[in-house]
Amino acid sequence: MIPVLVFFGCALLAVAGAIALILAREPIHSALSLIVVMLALAVLYLLLGAPFVAAVQILVYAGAVMVLFVFVIMLLNAGLEERTNFSKLMWVGITLGFLLMLETAHWLYHSEPGTAIANSPAGTIAPASTFDLSKLLFQQYLFPFEATSILILIAMLGALVLARKDE
Amino acid sequence: MSIPISYYLALSAILFGLGVVAFVFKRNIITIFMAIELMLNAVNLAFVAFARAHNQLDGLVFVFFVIVVAAAEAAVGLAIVLALAHSRQSLNVDRVDLLKF
Repeated sequence: MIPVLVFFGCALLAVAGAIALILAREPIHSALSLIVVMLALAVLYLLLGAPFVAAVQILVYAGAVMVLFVFVIMLLNAGLEERTNFSKLMWVGITLGFLLMLETAHWLYHSEPGTAIANSPAGTIAPASTFDLSKLLFQQYLFPFEATSILILIAMLGALVLARKDE
Repeated sequence: MSIPISYYLALSAILFGLGVVAFVFKRNIITIFMAIELMLNAVNLAFVAFARAHNQLDGLVFVFFVIVVAAAEAAVGLAIVLALAHSRQSLNVDRVDLLKF
């Protein structure tokens, strides 16, 4: 019974946080709602038996990335945002989006429902082994891993160049 | 009562949809970046749910790559926001309409 309660609690919390992100008019309130969504997702990762991903989610997303966001909001003193004045092409977008939604609903209606079970009522699942995960990351996916480190380096240089004051 | 994988996928789809809505409706460029992060988080949830469904760890490795790319994107994106705020004196994307039809 406990995994069911945890799942629905965290799912509701995540959706509520996302809605609060949309409704908030102060960017700092949106940032705090997004942190709530990320923490709820970290609990769901634990529920899915991925404790290492949950830890990385909290460290990198809720920690590093969101601190960066809050820092920029503070730096630019971002206040109340103006409401949108809708685009001239709004109705084209609404029509196309509605057609896409109809098509998705049609294919969902005609698809077989999946039978894979994520959490049984007993609630105990073996968490994914961090040892196996690291073997996969440093052996089979070694080249993408190294490519990612170069990507980070380039992003660092790009951020430095962009944020530099013009001489 | 047990929770099927499809519940997690439905939650992922809902969060992604809310991210798209936020991306379209918000006018503050920082909040638009947050909407992108929300969509990436929704995709991560789908990756982890599928990794659980197939009992394979590859999905979790992909989540790490998504997180790293999201962090790099946030760093560069926020630097662009800083440069834009200095040149336009505003965070409203309606004021940045040089390429707008």
